[in-house]
Amino acid sequence: MNQIEMIEKEQMRLDIPSFGAGDSVKVYSRIREGDKERIQVFAGVVIRKRKGNIGATFTVRKISYGVGVEKIFPLHSPAIDKIEVGSRGKVRRSRIYYLRNLRGKAARLKERRT
Amino acid sequence: MIRELFGKKIGMTRIFRENGKVIPVSVLEIAKCYVTQIKRVENEGYNALQIGFQPKKEKRINKPMAGHFKKAGKGGFSFLREIKVDDIESFEIGQEIGSDIFDVGDLINARGITKGMGFAGVVKRWGFSGGNKTHGSRSHKIPGSIGACATPSRVMKGKKLPGRMGNEFKTVKNLEVVDILKERDLILIKGGVPGSKGNFLELKLNKKKS
Repeated sequence: MNQIEMIEKEQMRLDIPSFGAGDSVKVYSRIREGDKERIQVFAGVVIRKRKGNIGATFTVRKISYGVGVEKIFPLHSPAIDKIEVGSRGKVRRSRIYYLRNLRGKAARLKERRT
Repeated sequence: MIRELFGKKIGMTRIFRENGKVIPVSVLEIAKCYVTQIKRVENEGYNALQIGFQPKKEKRINKPMAGHFKKAGKGGFSFLREIKVDDIESFEIGQEIGSDIFDVGDLINARGITKGMGFAGVVKRWGFSGGNKTHGSRSHKIPGSIGACATPSRVMKGKKLPGRMGNEFKTVKNLEVVDILKERDLILIKGGVPGSKGNFLELKLNKKKS
C-alpha cells in the first residue's frame, strides 16, 4: 500500500452503513452556530455515490416546499453524525439523474426486495 | 539552529479537520540528511554545513566523490546541498540532521523544480486570452501584435512571447504544516508544491507558530 493510501485509509470512517443510488437515507450532520452545536437532518434519495478513498461523496436529493434540493456530502466527513438507511429503491443504474426530471407520483421508486 | 530540510514529494491528498472542513495537503517524505562536510571561515571563508541525502549505489559513485563521502562514513548520496547555521561547532561530520525542526502550525517555503511544459504558447505561458474560438475567427491562440511599426522598429525587451516553460526553480511561500507523521518520516503541508511526484524540494522554515 502506498503512503498516500495509508494516510487516507487512516481517516476513513468504518461506521458508514452500505447504501447506494435509489436508497432513501437520513443524514444527521453536525452544524456549528457560533459556539453552539446542533444536528441537522437531511432526508432524501441518494442519486449518486462517487468512489474514492477519503474523497468519496454522495448526493442526496429531496423535494423541499416544491423545490428540488440536492446536497453533496463527503462520505467520510467527521461532520456527519450518522446515516440512517430507510427503504432501498429498485433502480437499474448507479446515477439516477433522471429523477430530476420527474415530479410527484412519477418520482417514486419501487422498493427493492431483499 | 537549522531552518532548512529536504523532502521528496509523494503526492497530494486531503484531510478532514474536526469541524468537517477539508484541507488539500501535499505529502512529503523528509529525506534523511547527514553532514558530509563542515565549511569554516578558516578554510572556505564562510560557515556552512554540507549535507547529503538520498542514498546512491556504490558503483554509481566516481572515485573522487567516494573519497569525499568516506569522511562522513554514511555511504554515498545523490544530492549534496549547503545550509547555513548559526553555530557551526555543535555539528560533527556524519551527524544525522533531525527532521524535528518543523512543528504543526509552522509556515514554510517550498522550493523545487516545476514540471517542464516544453515549448508553450502565450495562452499557457503568460495567460493571454487568445482570440475567439468560433464566429469565423481564425486567431485562436496567437499572441497578436508584438509592437509598433517604424518607431521603434524592434520588439521591446521582455515582450511576452512563446518559449520554454517550466523546468525551473520556483518557491511557494507560507505553506502551513498540517501534520507530522514521525514514524513514517512524512509531513503534510497545506496546498500544492512545485514539481511532479518524486521531486526533491527544499523546505525552509519561514515563520514559527507564534
